Amino acid sequence: MSKVLSIAGAESRRIFVSPLAWAVLAVLQVILGIFFVLYLNAYAQAAQVATDQSFGVADYIGGGLYSSANVVLLLVIPLMTMRLFSEERKSGSITLLLSSPVSLIEIVLGKFLGLGTFLLFAVGLLTLMSLTLMTGTDLDLGRIAAGLLGLFLMMLAFGAAGLFVSTLTREPVIAAVAGFGLLLVFWVLQGVSQSMTALPFAGAIGYLSLIGHFDNLRRGIVSTADVVYYLLFVTFFLWLAVLRLDLERT
Amino acid sequence: MDADVLLETRGLTKRFGQNTAVADFGLSLHKGEIVGLLGPNGAGKTTTLRMLAGCLAPSQGDVRICGVDLAEQPKAAKRAIGYLPERPPVYGELSVDEYLRYCAALRGLRSQARREALNRAKQACGLTDAGDKLIGTLSTGYQQRVGLAQAIVHSPRVVILDEPTVGLDPIQIREIRGLIRGLGEAHGIILSSHILPEVQAVCDRVMIIHRGRVVYSDTMAATTQAQFEAVLITLTRSPAVTALQQIAGVRGIEELGGGQWRLRLADGADPRQALAQAAVAGDWGLIELKAEIKTLEERFVELTSSDEPALRQAA
Repeated sequence: MSKVLSIAGAESRRIFVSPLAWAVLAVLQVILGIFFVLYLNAYAQAAQVATDQSFGVADYIGGGLYSSANVVLLLVIPLMTMRLFSEERKSGSITLLLSSPVSLIEIVLGKFLGLGTFLLFAVGLLTLMSLTLMTGTDLDLGRIAAGLLGLFLMMLAFGAAGLFVSTLTREPVIAAVAGFGLLLVFWVLQGVSQSMTALPFAGAIGYLSLIGHFDNLRRGIVSTADVVYYLLFVTFFLWLAVLRLDLERT
Repeated sequence: MDADVLLETRGLTKRFGQNTAVADFGLSLHKGEIVGLLGPNGAGKTTTLRMLAGCLAPSQGDVRICGVDLAEQPKAAKRAIGYLPERPPVYGELSVDEYLRYCAALRGLRSQARREALNRAKQACGLTDAGDKLIGTLSTGYQQRVGLAQAIVHSPRVVILDEPTVGLDPIQIREIRGLIRGLGEAHGIILSSHILPEVQAVCDRVMIIHRGRVVYSDTMAATTQAQFEAVLITLTRSPAVTALQQIAGVRGIEELGGGQWRLRLADGADPRQALAQAAVAGDWGLIELKAEIKTLEERFVELTSSDEPALRQAA
Protein backbone atom coordinates (compact mmCIF):
# COMPACT_ATOMS: atom_id res chain seq x y z
CA MET A 1 0.00 0.00 0.00
CA SER A 2 2.83 2.38 0.83
CA LYS A 3 4.21 1.73 -2.64
CA VAL A 4 0.87 2.62 -4.22
CA LEU A 5 1.01 5.90 -2.33
CA SER A 6 4.63 6.47 -3.39
CA ILE A 7 3.68 5.98 -7.03
CA ALA A 8 0.60 8.17 -6.59
CA GLY A 9 2.71 10.87 -4.96
CA ALA A 10 5.30 10.87 -7.71
CA GLU A 11 2.61 10.80 -10.36
CA SER A 12 0.65 13.73 -8.97
CA ARG A 13 3.87 15.64 -8.45
CA ARG A 14 4.77 15.07 -12.08
CA ILE A 15 1.29 16.15 -13.16
CA PHE A 16 1.41 19.33 -11.12
CA VAL A 17 4.92 20.37 -12.17
CA SER A 18 3.94 20.11 -15.82
CA PRO A 19 2.56 23.24 -17.47
CA LEU A 20 -0.12 21.08 -19.09
CA ALA A 21 -1.95 20.60 -15.80
CA TRP A 22 -2.06 24.31 -15.07
CA ALA A 23 -3.08 25.18 -18.60
CA VAL A 24 -5.89 22.63 -18.38
CA LEU A 25 -7.03 23.95 -15.01
CA ALA A 26 -6.93 27.55 -16.24
CA VAL A 27 -8.89 26.83 -19.41
CA LEU A 28 -11.36 24.73 -17.44
CA GLN A 29 -11.89 27.50 -14.95
CA VAL A 30 -12.43 30.16 -17.61
CA ILE A 31 -14.92 28.06 -19.58
CA LEU A 32 -16.80 26.89 -16.51
CA GLY A 33 -16.79 30.46 -15.21
CA ILE A 34 -18.51 31.59 -18.39
CA PHE A 35 -21.08 28.79 -18.07
CA PHE A 36 -21.55 29.71 -14.41
CA VAL A 37 -22.43 33.30 -15.30
CA LEU A 38 -24.70 32.16 -18.14
CA TYR A 39 -26.66 29.81 -15.87
CA LEU A 40 -26.92 32.44 -13.15
CA ASN A 41 -28.23 34.86 -15.73
CA ALA A 42 -30.76 32.29 -16.96
CA TYR A 43 -31.89 31.72 -13.37
CA ALA A 44 -32.24 35.43 -12.73
CA GLN A 45 -34.42 35.89 -15.81
CA ALA A 46 -36.55 32.83 -15.02
CA ALA A 47 -37.02 34.02 -11.44
CA GLN A 48 -38.51 37.32 -12.67
CA VAL A 49 -41.21 35.71 -14.80
CA ALA A 50 -41.87 32.54 -12.82
CA THR A 51 -44.89 32.61 -10.55
CA ASP A 52 -43.83 29.68 -8.39
CA GLN A 53 -40.33 29.33 -7.02
CA SER A 54 -40.05 25.56 -7.47
CA PHE A 55 -36.70 25.94 -9.20
CA GLY A 56 -33.85 27.13 -7.04
CA VAL A 57 -30.43 28.36 -8.04
CA ALA A 58 -28.98 24.99 -7.04
CA ASP A 59 -31.01 23.38 -9.82
CA TYR A 60 -29.42 25.63 -12.36
CA ILE A 61 -25.97 25.08 -11.02
CA GLY A 62 -26.34 21.37 -10.22
CA GLY A 63 -28.33 20.54 -13.31
CA GLY A 64 -26.98 22.96 -15.85
CA LEU A 65 -23.44 23.87 -14.92
CA TYR A 66 -22.38 20.38 -13.87
CA SER A 67 -23.83 18.81 -17.01
CA SER A 68 -21.96 21.30 -19.15
CA ALA A 69 -18.85 20.67 -17.09
CA ASN A 70 -19.14 16.99 -18.00
CA VAL A 71 -18.93 17.76 -21.68
CA VAL A 72 -15.90 20.00 -21.19
CA LEU A 73 -14.20 17.36 -19.06
CA LEU A 74 -14.90 14.74 -21.70
CA LEU A 75 -12.65 16.80 -23.95
CA VAL A 76 -10.06 17.63 -21.33
CA ILE A 77 -9.45 14.45 -19.34
CA PRO A 78 -7.98 12.43 -22.23
CA LEU A 79 -5.31 15.14 -22.36
CA MET A 80 -4.44 14.40 -18.76
CA THR A 81 -4.50 10.62 -19.10
CA MET A 82 -2.62 10.40 -22.37
CA ARG A 83 0.74 10.70 -20.70
CA LEU A 84 0.19 8.19 -17.91
CA PHE A 85 1.64 5.17 -19.66
CA SER A 86 2.31 6.05 -23.29
CA GLU A 87 4.83 8.74 -22.47
CA GLU A 88 6.61 6.47 -20.01
CA ARG A 89 6.88 3.83 -22.66
CA LYS A 90 8.12 6.28 -25.22
CA SER A 91 10.84 7.60 -22.93
CA GLY A 92 11.61 4.17 -21.50
CA SER A 93 11.06 5.31 -17.93
CA ILE A 94 8.43 2.60 -17.44
CA THR A 95 11.40 0.27 -16.94
CA LEU A 96 11.90 1.82 -13.52
CA LEU A 97 8.48 0.58 -12.42
CA LEU A 98 8.79 -2.78 -14.14
CA SER A 99 12.17 -3.57 -12.60
CA SER A 100 11.10 -2.46 -9.13
CA PRO A 101 9.50 -4.82 -6.64
CA VAL A 102 5.96 -3.57 -7.28
CA SER A 103 3.09 -5.47 -8.88
CA LEU A 104 1.28 -4.26 -11.97
CA ILE A 105 -1.84 -3.72 -9.86
CA GLU A 106 0.12 -1.42 -7.58
CA ILE A 107 1.50 0.48 -10.56
CA VAL A 108 -1.93 0.99 -12.13
CA LEU A 109 -3.59 1.91 -8.82
CA GLY A 110 -0.79 4.32 -7.97
CA LYS A 111 -1.03 6.07 -11.31
CA PHE A 112 -4.80 6.26 -11.05
CA LEU A 113 -4.64 7.71 -7.55
CA GLY A 114 -2.11 10.28 -8.75
CA LEU A 115 -4.50 11.28 -11.51
CA GLY A 116 -7.35 11.28 -8.97
CA THR A 117 -5.50 13.93 -6.98
CA PHE A 118 -5.52 16.18 -10.00
CA LEU A 119 -9.20 15.48 -10.66
CA LEU A 120 -10.02 16.26 -7.04
CA PHE A 121 -8.24 19.56 -7.48
CA ALA A 122 -10.33 20.36 -10.55
CA VAL A 123 -13.55 19.49 -8.72
CA GLY A 124 -12.34 21.57 -5.81
CA LEU A 125 -12.10 24.66 -8.00
CA LEU A 126 -15.63 24.08 -9.26
CA THR A 127 -16.84 23.57 -5.69
CA LEU A 128 -15.39 26.91 -4.66
CA MET A 129 -17.06 28.54 -7.63
CA SER A 130 -20.43 27.10 -6.60
CA LEU A 131 -19.97 28.04 -2.96
CA THR A 132 -19.56 31.71 -3.84
CA LEU A 133 -23.35 31.70 -4.20
CA MET A 134 -23.63 31.23 -0.44
CA THR A 135 -22.84 34.91 -0.03
CA GLY A 136 -26.11 35.94 -1.71
CA THR A 137 -28.53 33.06 -1.34
CA ASP A 138 -29.62 30.15 0.77
CA LEU A 139 -27.92 27.39 -1.20
CA ASP A 140 -29.22 23.81 -1.23
CA LEU A 141 -25.90 22.27 -0.22
CA GLY A 142 -27.21 18.70 -0.55
CA ARG A 143 -28.04 19.24 -4.21
CA ILE A 144 -24.68 20.80 -4.87
CA ALA A 145 -22.87 17.99 -3.06
CA ALA A 146 -24.75 15.29 -4.99
CA GLY A 147 -24.00 17.02 -8.28
CA LEU A 148 -20.29 17.37 -7.41
CA LEU A 149 -20.13 13.75 -6.32
CA GLY A 150 -21.65 12.74 -9.64
CA LEU A 151 -19.20 14.94 -11.47
CA PHE A 152 -16.24 13.51 -9.58
CA LEU A 153 -17.39 9.93 -10.22
CA MET A 154 -17.79 10.78 -13.89
CA MET A 155 -14.26 12.21 -13.96
CA LEU A 156 -12.87 9.08 -12.32
CA ALA A 157 -14.64 6.99 -14.97
CA PHE A 158 -13.19 9.17 -17.73
CA GLY A 159 -9.79 8.89 -16.07
CA ALA A 160 -9.88 5.08 -15.81
CA ALA A 161 -10.89 4.69 -19.45
CA GLY A 162 -8.19 7.15 -20.50
CA LEU A 163 -5.59 5.34 -18.40
CA PHE A 164 -6.43 2.08 -20.11
CA VAL A 165 -6.15 3.66 -23.56
CA SER A 166 -2.75 5.09 -22.69
CA THR A 167 -1.46 1.56 -22.00
CA LEU A 168 -2.28 0.63 -25.59
CA THR A 169 0.09 2.94 -27.43
CA ARG A 170 3.46 4.64 -27.21
CA GLU A 171 2.21 7.89 -28.70
CA PRO A 172 0.53 10.26 -26.21
CA VAL A 173 -1.40 12.03 -28.97
CA ILE A 174 -2.91 8.77 -30.19
CA ALA A 175 -3.79 7.93 -26.60
CA ALA A 176 -5.60 11.25 -26.28
CA VAL A 177 -7.56 10.87 -29.51
CA ALA A 178 -8.46 7.24 -28.84
CA GLY A 179 -9.40 8.03 -25.24
CA PHE A 180 -11.65 10.83 -26.42
CA GLY A 181 -13.26 8.47 -28.95
CA LEU A 182 -13.84 5.76 -26.36
CA LEU A 183 -15.45 8.21 -23.93
CA LEU A 184 -17.65 9.61 -26.66
CA VAL A 185 -18.87 6.11 -27.52
CA PHE A 186 -19.86 5.53 -23.90
CA TRP A 187 -21.44 8.95 -23.88
CA VAL A 188 -23.69 8.43 -26.90
CA LEU A 189 -24.75 4.88 -26.02
CA GLN A 190 -27.91 6.27 -24.47
CA GLY A 191 -28.79 8.07 -27.67
CA VAL A 192 -28.18 4.87 -29.61
CA SER A 193 -30.51 2.87 -27.40
CA GLN A 194 -33.22 5.55 -27.52
CA SER A 195 -33.23 6.10 -31.26
CA MET A 196 -32.74 2.48 -32.25
CA THR A 197 -35.18 0.64 -30.02
CA ALA A 198 -35.23 -2.31 -32.42
CA LEU A 199 -31.65 -3.05 -31.51
CA PRO A 200 -31.27 -6.20 -29.38
CA PHE A 201 -30.43 -5.38 -25.76
CA ALA A 202 -31.22 -1.73 -26.42
CA GLY A 203 -32.08 -1.28 -22.77
CA ALA A 204 -28.84 -2.85 -21.59
CA ILE A 205 -26.82 -0.76 -24.03
CA GLY A 206 -28.52 2.36 -22.78
CA TYR A 207 -27.80 1.36 -19.21
CA LEU A 208 -24.08 1.20 -19.97
CA SER A 209 -24.04 4.83 -21.01
CA LEU A 210 -22.12 7.16 -18.76
CA ILE A 211 -24.57 10.01 -19.10
CA GLY A 212 -27.70 8.24 -17.89
CA HIS A 213 -26.26 7.56 -14.46
CA PHE A 214 -25.38 11.18 -13.96
CA ASP A 215 -29.01 12.30 -14.31
CA ASN A 216 -30.09 11.08 -10.89
CA LEU A 217 -27.08 12.56 -9.17
CA ARG A 218 -27.51 15.97 -10.72
CA ARG A 219 -31.11 15.94 -9.58
CA GLY A 220 -29.81 15.42 -6.07
CA ILE A 221 -30.58 11.71 -5.80
CA VAL A 222 -27.60 9.67 -4.64
CA SER A 223 -28.58 6.16 -5.66
CA THR A 224 -26.29 3.26 -4.80
CA ALA A 225 -26.84 1.72 -8.22
CA ASP A 226 -25.41 4.78 -9.97
CA VAL A 227 -22.44 5.07 -7.64
CA VAL A 228 -21.72 1.38 -8.04
CA TYR A 229 -21.99 1.74 -11.80
CA TYR A 230 -19.21 4.30 -11.82
CA LEU A 231 -17.04 2.30 -9.46
CA LEU A 232 -17.51 -0.82 -11.60
CA PHE A 233 -16.68 1.19 -14.69
CA VAL A 234 -13.45 2.37 -13.06
CA THR A 235 -12.53 -1.11 -11.81
CA PHE A 236 -13.18 -2.66 -15.19
CA PHE A 237 -10.88 -0.32 -17.08
CA LEU A 238 -8.14 -0.44 -14.46
CA TRP A 239 -8.30 -4.21 -14.64
CA LEU A 240 -8.01 -4.07 -18.43
CA ALA A 241 -4.95 -1.84 -18.03
CA VAL A 242 -3.33 -4.41 -15.72
CA LEU A 243 -4.04 -7.18 -18.21
CA ARG A 244 -2.64 -5.11 -21.03
CA LEU A 245 0.60 -4.39 -19.14
CA ASP A 246 0.96 -8.04 -18.23
CA LEU A 247 0.59 -8.99 -21.88
CA GLU A 248 3.36 -6.62 -22.77
CA ARG A 249 5.94 -8.39 -20.64
CA THR A 250 5.60 -11.59 -22.60
CA MET B 1 23.11 -24.10 -3.91
CA ASP B 2 26.27 -22.14 -3.38
CA ALA B 3 25.55 -19.20 -1.09
CA ASP B 4 27.74 -16.95 -3.19
CA VAL B 5 25.68 -17.41 -6.34
CA LEU B 6 23.66 -14.21 -6.69
CA LEU B 7 22.04 -14.85 -10.01
CA GLU B 8 21.57 -18.10 -11.78
CA THR B 9 19.84 -18.80 -15.04
CA ARG B 10 19.68 -21.75 -17.35
CA GLY B 11 18.21 -22.29 -20.78
CA LEU B 12 16.93 -18.74 -20.99
CA THR B 13 15.21 -18.31 -24.34
CA LYS B 14 13.16 -15.52 -25.87
CA ARG B 15 11.23 -15.79 -29.08
CA PHE B 16 9.41 -12.99 -30.84
CA GLY B 17 7.16 -14.84 -33.26
CA GLN B 18 9.41 -16.82 -35.59
CA ASN B 19 12.46 -14.88 -34.54
CA THR B 20 14.59 -16.24 -31.71
CA ALA B 21 16.21 -13.26 -30.02
CA VAL B 22 18.00 -15.19 -27.28
CA ALA B 23 18.56 -18.92 -27.24
CA ASP B 24 19.64 -21.07 -24.33
CA PHE B 25 21.44 -18.44 -22.28
CA GLY B 26 23.03 -19.69 -19.09
CA LEU B 27 24.92 -17.82 -16.40
CA SER B 28 25.95 -18.06 -12.76
CA LEU B 29 26.91 -14.76 -11.24
CA HIS B 30 28.93 -14.89 -8.05
CA LYS B 31 29.43 -12.27 -5.40
CA GLY B 32 32.21 -9.85 -6.29
CA GLU B 33 32.12 -10.78 -9.93
CA ILE B 34 31.70 -8.51 -12.95
CA VAL B 35 30.47 -10.25 -16.05
CA GLY B 36 30.60 -8.52 -19.39
CA LEU B 37 28.21 -9.36 -22.21
CA LEU B 38 29.81 -8.55 -25.49
CA GLY B 39 28.24 -8.66 -28.88
CA PRO B 40 27.55 -6.73 -32.03
CA ASN B 41 24.43 -4.60 -32.28
CA GLY B 42 21.29 -6.67 -32.33
CA ALA B 43 22.98 -9.73 -30.84
CA GLY B 44 20.42 -10.05 -28.06
CA LYS B 45 22.27 -8.36 -25.20
CA THR B 46 19.49 -5.99 -24.23
CA THR B 47 16.82 -8.69 -24.50
CA THR B 48 18.89 -10.93 -22.22
CA LEU B 49 19.36 -8.19 -19.64
CA ARG B 50 15.68 -7.26 -19.71
CA MET B 51 14.80 -10.85 -18.93
CA LEU B 52 17.33 -10.99 -16.11
CA ALA B 53 15.87 -7.77 -14.67
CA GLY B 54 12.32 -9.08 -14.81
CA CYS B 55 11.08 -6.58 -17.39
CA LEU B 56 10.48 -9.23 -20.01
CA ALA B 57 9.12 -12.70 -19.45
CA PRO B 58 11.30 -15.40 -21.04
CA SER B 59 9.75 -17.91 -23.44
CA GLN B 60 11.70 -20.66 -21.72
CA GLY B 61 14.06 -21.02 -18.81
CA ASP B 62 14.04 -19.41 -15.41
CA VAL B 63 16.03 -16.81 -13.52
CA ARG B 64 16.86 -17.16 -9.84
CA ILE B 65 18.04 -14.15 -7.88
CA CYS B 66 19.75 -15.20 -4.65
CA GLY B 67 17.81 -18.45 -4.91
CA VAL B 68 14.42 -16.78 -5.44
CA ASP B 69 12.60 -17.52 -8.67
CA LEU B 70 11.95 -14.30 -10.59
CA ALA B 71 8.76 -15.56 -12.23
CA GLU B 72 7.22 -17.10 -9.10
CA GLN B 73 8.13 -14.45 -6.54
CA PRO B 74 8.84 -11.36 -8.60
CA LYS B 75 8.59 -8.92 -5.71
CA ALA B 76 11.09 -10.72 -3.47
CA ALA B 77 13.47 -11.32 -6.36
CA LYS B 78 13.33 -7.80 -7.75
CA ARG B 79 14.22 -6.33 -4.37
CA ALA B 80 17.75 -7.64 -4.95
CA ILE B 81 18.07 -6.21 -8.47
CA GLY B 82 19.22 -2.84 -9.65
CA TYR B 83 18.77 -2.27 -13.36
CA LEU B 84 20.01 0.48 -15.63
CA PRO B 85 18.43 0.08 -19.06
CA GLU B 86 19.91 1.47 -22.26
CA ARG B 87 18.16 4.79 -21.75
CA PRO B 88 18.18 5.94 -18.13
CA PRO B 89 14.57 5.61 -16.85
CA VAL B 90 14.40 9.12 -15.43
CA TYR B 91 11.66 11.72 -15.22
CA GLY B 92 12.90 15.03 -16.57
CA GLU B 93 10.43 17.06 -14.54
CA LEU B 94 11.66 15.80 -11.15
CA SER B 95 14.80 16.92 -9.35
CA VAL B 96 17.57 14.41 -8.71
CA ASP B 97 16.69 14.16 -5.02
CA GLU B 98 12.97 13.75 -5.65
CA TYR B 99 13.61 11.09 -8.23
CA LEU B 100 16.06 9.07 -6.15
CA ARG B 101 13.79 9.32 -3.11
CA TYR B 102 10.98 7.94 -5.22
CA CYS B 103 13.19 5.10 -6.47
CA ALA B 104 14.22 4.24 -2.92
CA ALA B 105 10.56 4.18 -1.86
CA LEU B 106 9.66 1.93 -4.78
CA ARG B 107 12.29 -0.52 -3.60
CA GLY B 108 10.75 -0.52 -0.16
CA LEU B 109 13.30 1.54 1.77
CA ARG B 110 11.91 3.11 4.95
CA SER B 111 12.10 6.86 5.18
CA GLN B 112 14.95 6.87 7.72
CA ALA B 113 17.06 4.58 5.57
CA ARG B 114 16.14 6.55 2.47
CA ARG B 115 18.14 9.66 3.31
CA GLU B 116 21.27 7.67 3.98
CA ALA B 117 20.82 5.57 0.85
CA LEU B 118 20.28 8.73 -1.16
CA ASN B 119 23.50 10.32 0.05
CA ARG B 120 25.47 7.16 -0.54
CA ALA B 121 24.19 6.73 -4.09
CA LYS B 122 24.72 10.39 -4.93
CA GLN B 123 28.24 10.30 -3.59
CA ALA B 124 29.07 7.13 -5.47
CA CYS B 125 27.83 8.60 -8.75
CA GLY B 126 29.28 12.08 -8.30
CA LEU B 127 25.89 13.75 -7.94
CA THR B 128 26.37 15.36 -4.54
CA ASP B 129 26.04 18.89 -5.91
CA ALA B 130 23.25 18.07 -8.35
CA GLY B 131 20.54 17.13 -5.84
CA ASP B 132 18.32 20.16 -6.47
CA LYS B 133 18.69 20.21 -10.23
CA LEU B 134 15.90 19.07 -12.51
CA ILE B 135 16.90 15.91 -14.31
CA GLY B 136 15.61 17.28 -17.60
CA THR B 137 18.16 20.09 -17.49
CA LEU B 138 21.13 17.79 -16.87
CA SER B 139 23.50 16.70 -19.63
CA THR B 140 23.36 13.18 -21.05
CA GLY B 141 26.32 12.13 -18.94
CA TYR B 142 24.72 13.35 -15.75
CA GLN B 143 21.42 11.72 -16.66
CA GLN B 144 23.33 8.49 -17.09
CA ARG B 145 24.78 8.97 -13.61
CA VAL B 146 21.31 9.51 -12.23
CA GLY B 147 20.28 6.28 -13.94
CA LEU B 148 23.20 4.53 -12.31
CA ALA B 149 22.39 6.03 -8.92
CA GLN B 150 18.85 4.74 -9.33
CA ALA B 151 20.19 1.24 -9.94
CA ILE B 152 22.30 1.17 -6.78
CA VAL B 153 20.29 3.31 -4.36
CA HIS B 154 18.84 0.28 -2.56
CA SER B 155 22.18 -1.57 -2.46
CA PRO B 156 20.96 -4.47 -4.56
CA ARG B 157 23.01 -7.62 -4.60
CA VAL B 158 22.76 -7.89 -8.37
CA VAL B 159 23.38 -4.86 -10.56
CA ILE B 160 22.47 -5.09 -14.24
CA LEU B 161 23.85 -2.37 -16.48
CA ASP B 162 22.98 -2.05 -20.15
CA GLU B 163 25.73 -0.12 -21.94
CA PRO B 164 26.51 2.02 -18.90
CA THR B 165 29.05 4.27 -20.61
CA VAL B 166 27.24 5.01 -23.85
CA GLY B 167 27.05 8.72 -24.60
CA LEU B 168 29.65 9.71 -22.03
CA ASP B 169 32.86 11.62 -22.59
CA PRO B 170 36.21 9.90 -21.94
CA ILE B 171 36.61 11.36 -18.46
CA GLN B 172 33.13 10.35 -17.43
CA ILE B 173 33.73 6.88 -18.88
CA ARG B 174 36.80 6.54 -16.67
CA GLU B 175 34.80 7.63 -13.65
CA ILE B 176 31.91 5.31 -14.36
CA ARG B 177 34.30 2.41 -14.92
CA GLY B 178 35.98 3.15 -11.62
CA LEU B 179 32.57 3.24 -9.99
CA ILE B 180 31.58 -0.10 -11.52
CA ARG B 181 34.81 -1.71 -10.35
CA GLY B 182 34.18 -0.33 -6.88
CA LEU B 183 30.64 -1.69 -6.87
CA GLY B 184 31.85 -5.05 -8.09
CA GLU B 185 33.60 -5.72 -4.80
CA ALA B 186 30.40 -5.99 -2.80
CA HIS B 187 27.82 -6.80 -5.48
CA GLY B 188 27.56 -8.97 -8.55
CA ILE B 189 27.44 -7.01 -11.76
CA ILE B 190 26.37 -7.89 -15.26
CA LEU B 191 27.04 -5.29 -17.89
CA SER B 192 26.65 -5.25 -21.61
CA SER B 193 28.78 -3.40 -24.06
CA HIS B 194 29.94 -3.43 -27.60
CA ILE B 195 33.13 -1.64 -26.67
CA LEU B 196 35.89 -4.21 -26.23
CA PRO B 197 38.37 -2.17 -24.18
CA GLU B 198 35.59 -1.41 -21.73
CA VAL B 199 34.92 -5.04 -21.05
CA GLN B 200 38.65 -5.70 -20.88
CA ALA B 201 39.15 -2.89 -18.41
CA VAL B 202 36.29 -3.70 -16.07
CA CYS B 203 35.13 -7.30 -16.25
CA ASP B 204 36.28 -10.50 -14.57
CA ARG B 205 34.47 -12.67 -17.04
CA VAL B 206 33.43 -12.13 -20.59
CA MET B 207 30.65 -13.70 -22.62
CA ILE B 208 30.37 -13.05 -26.33
CA ILE B 209 26.87 -13.23 -27.74
CA HIS B 210 26.21 -13.58 -31.40
CA ARG B 211 22.76 -13.91 -32.91
CA GLY B 212 21.22 -14.73 -29.59
CA ARG B 213 23.68 -17.45 -28.63
CA VAL B 214 26.62 -17.45 -26.26
CA VAL B 215 29.57 -18.25 -28.49
CA TYR B 216 32.33 -17.63 -25.98
CA SER B 217 32.49 -17.55 -22.22
CA ASP B 218 35.62 -17.45 -20.12
CA THR B 219 37.30 -15.50 -17.37
CA MET B 220 39.22 -12.42 -18.33
CA ALA B 221 42.43 -13.94 -16.96
CA ALA B 222 42.00 -16.98 -19.18
CA THR B 223 41.22 -14.75 -22.12
CA THR B 224 44.35 -12.67 -21.80
CA GLN B 225 46.67 -15.54 -20.89
CA ALA B 226 45.12 -17.90 -23.35
CA GLN B 227 46.89 -20.90 -24.80
CA PHE B 228 48.67 -19.76 -27.87
CA GLU B 229 48.39 -21.75 -31.04
CA ALA B 230 51.22 -20.20 -33.01
CA VAL B 231 54.68 -18.68 -32.58
CA LEU B 232 56.10 -15.89 -34.68
CA ILE B 233 59.83 -16.05 -35.27
CA THR B 234 62.04 -13.74 -37.28
CA LEU B 235 65.44 -14.97 -38.41
CA THR B 236 68.01 -13.04 -40.41
CA ARG B 237 69.61 -16.21 -41.82
CA SER B 238 66.73 -18.53 -42.51
CA PRO B 239 67.43 -22.24 -42.14
CA ALA B 240 65.90 -25.00 -44.20
CA VAL B 241 62.24 -25.62 -43.53
CA THR B 242 62.99 -29.14 -42.36
CA ALA B 243 65.18 -27.78 -39.59
CA LEU B 244 62.23 -25.90 -38.15
CA GLN B 245 59.88 -28.83 -38.61
CA GLN B 246 62.15 -31.06 -36.57
CA ILE B 247 61.59 -29.03 -33.43
CA ALA B 248 59.17 -30.77 -31.10
CA GLY B 249 55.67 -29.27 -30.97
CA VAL B 250 55.75 -27.58 -34.36
CA ARG B 251 52.89 -28.75 -36.51
CA GLY B 252 52.96 -26.49 -39.50
CA ILE B 253 55.14 -23.78 -41.00
CA GLU B 254 54.19 -20.70 -42.93
CA GLU B 255 56.69 -18.27 -44.38
CA LEU B 256 55.57 -14.68 -44.04
CA GLY B 257 58.48 -13.13 -45.92
CA GLY B 258 61.30 -10.91 -44.68
CA GLY B 259 62.68 -13.78 -42.62
CA GLN B 260 59.49 -14.07 -40.57
CA TRP B 261 57.83 -17.42 -40.02
CA ARG B 262 54.63 -18.48 -38.33
CA LEU B 263 54.91 -21.86 -36.65
CA ARG B 264 51.61 -23.51 -35.84
CA LEU B 265 51.84 -25.60 -32.73
CA ALA B 266 50.49 -28.87 -31.49
CA ASP B 267 48.00 -28.51 -28.59
CA GLY B 268 49.63 -27.23 -25.44
CA ALA B 269 53.12 -27.24 -26.85
CA ASP B 270 55.54 -24.41 -26.10
CA PRO B 271 58.67 -24.79 -28.23
CA ARG B 272 60.00 -21.27 -27.66
CA GLN B 273 62.93 -22.41 -25.56
CA ALA B 274 63.84 -25.16 -28.00
CA LEU B 275 63.58 -22.68 -30.87
CA ALA B 276 65.95 -20.25 -29.20
CA GLN B 277 68.46 -22.98 -28.49
CA ALA B 278 68.25 -24.30 -32.05
CA ALA B 279 68.65 -20.77 -33.40
CA VAL B 280 71.78 -20.24 -31.37
CA ALA B 281 73.18 -23.64 -32.24
CA GLY B 282 72.39 -23.25 -35.94
CA ASP B 283 73.43 -19.58 -36.08
CA TRP B 284 70.10 -18.51 -37.64
CA GLY B 285 70.38 -14.93 -36.42
CA LEU B 286 67.33 -14.86 -34.19
CA ILE B 287 65.96 -11.33 -33.74
CA GLU B 288 62.36 -11.91 -32.72
CA LEU B 289 60.43 -14.71 -31.08
CA LYS B 290 56.95 -14.31 -29.68
CA ALA B 291 53.84 -16.27 -28.93
CA GLU B 292 50.86 -15.27 -31.03
CA ILE B 293 48.13 -14.76 -28.45
CA LYS B 294 44.68 -14.03 -29.71
CA THR B 295 43.40 -10.78 -28.29
CA LEU B 296 39.81 -10.44 -27.22
CA GLU B 297 39.24 -8.34 -30.27
CA GLU B 298 40.49 -11.04 -32.59
CA ARG B 299 38.34 -13.62 -30.90
CA PHE B 300 35.37 -11.29 -31.06
CA VAL B 301 35.78 -10.64 -34.77
CA GLU B 302 36.40 -14.32 -35.46
CA LEU B 303 33.31 -15.41 -33.55
CA THR B 304 30.87 -12.75 -34.69
CA SER B 305 31.77 -12.23 -38.32
CA SER B 306 30.97 -15.78 -39.36
CA ASP B 307 27.98 -16.04 -41.62
CA GLU B 308 26.92 -19.34 -40.18
CA PRO B 309 23.16 -19.16 -39.76
CA ALA B 310 23.16 -20.07 -36.10
CA LEU B 311 19.71 -18.65 -35.56
CA ARG B 312 18.01 -20.60 -38.25
CA GLN B 313 19.32 -23.76 -36.65
CA ALA B 314 18.05 -22.66 -33.31
CA ALA B 315 14.59 -21.77 -34.55
